[in-house]
Amino acid sequence: MSEEFKIEIVNPEKSFLVKEDVIEVVVPAFEGEMGILKDHISIISFLKPGIIKVFSKSGDESYYVEDGIIEFKNNNLSILTSTIISVADLDKSKQGDLLKKAEAEASKSEISDQAKYLADQKVEVLRSIN
Amino acid sequence: MASLDDLKKRIASVKSTQKITKAMKMVAAAKLRRAQESAERGRPYSEKMNNIILNLSNGISDKENAPKLLSGTGENKVHLCVVMTSDRGLCGGFNSNIIKKARSYFSKILNEGKQLKIITVGSKGNDQLKRVYGDKIIENISFKESKNANYFDADKVGRIIIEKFEAGEFDICTIFYNQFKNVITQLPQAQQIIPLNNEEDHNNSDESYEFEPDEDEILSNLLPKNISTQIFKAMLENSASEQGSRMSAMDNATRNAGEMVDKLTIEYNRSRQAAITKELIEIISGAESL
Repeated sequence: MSEEFKIEIVNPEKSFLVKEDVIEVVVPAFEGEMGILKDHISIISFLKPGIIKVFSKSGDESYYVEDGIIEFKNNNLSILTSTIISVADLDKSKQGDLLKKAEAEASKSEISDQAKYLADQKVEVLRSIN
Repeated sequence: MASLDDLKKRIASVKSTQKITKAMKMVAAAKLRRAQESAERGRPYSEKMNNIILNLSNGISDKENAPKLLSGTGENKVHLCVVMTSDRGLCGGFNSNIIKKARSYFSKILNEGKQLKIITVGSKGNDQLKRVYGDKIIENISFKESKNANYFDADKVGRIIIEKFEAGEFDICTIFYNQFKNVITQLPQAQQIIPLNNEEDHNNSDESYEFEPDEDEILSNLLPKNISTQIFKAMLENSASEQGSRMSAMDNATRNAGEMVDKLTIEYNRSRQAAITKELIEIISGAESL
């Protein structure tokens, strides 16, 4: 029996990634990282800023996301996100830009606790990519 | 009858107009391809989003405490209409079709004695509506400076709508846009986005989902996003429709100009011939009289 399932990552502009041979996906869910294997129970959750790791037969990839929603159903994993960048494409200057933006957001005083938490997360994740 | 010189001038001017319309058609065709592609690529996102919300709202346990964005305020007094049009003209019936659809909806609402508020997106809609409904327009948003429809702009509109909803300024929100079917056909659409009406397929989700965090929190996070997404979808469809509509309008204009040039040329040749014949007759009759 095969151990693979299907993943589809879409952003508003296009279908970002479709893969049929995925073995495991680790997503930064709101309440902590979550690993998804085949025949996971149907779940809806949303993401905080972090790294999505996709382990598949044709190679492993990781993506930086700022937000999103995931839905897993019948061995189909759909991830909807507005900001997604492949870590491989994330060079120093891009990373610096994002980091600056996130830091500016985190240092604002009038934002809500949740927004502050999310911005802090962004900073932390961006710093950790190297 | 116009003189030969006048005819010549008219032919030249129609020809140069034809050149312009032809160029516009080419530009629209090139832009259409891009707009159509991005409209098609944007569809999976909004469809998936809709699906998830559908599944969520069917699974929700107590309908009374559901977020207001989903279930509405329970009242039906103030209608907000978001009319999405283009910023540029010369695109055939594109803008007037949306306006026509919106107008018939407006008069229906006003006849029922309800209050109407309008947000226009795109300057052409504002131009056409402000004469009759000027006092009803509460906001006019225009994205003249951004070249293509992007999610950031849609999100801005979405935020404005949600802000107004939370301030209790309206009960029901409907967006008007043109759905792109093909180059010749664009369907003006009225879509209600607040409260979400998903009466259609209620029966296909017996499955239970696991939610993390709980469903209320997911819903209250997802619904505002969904509004932006729906608006973004409308913007993409609109921009594809606009280019398609402009393309066929300019195609028609080019063809009409060609026909006109043909007609004018025939007229020009006839009157030239008439002038020659007249001169000949004069010469001959002059010679005969000698």
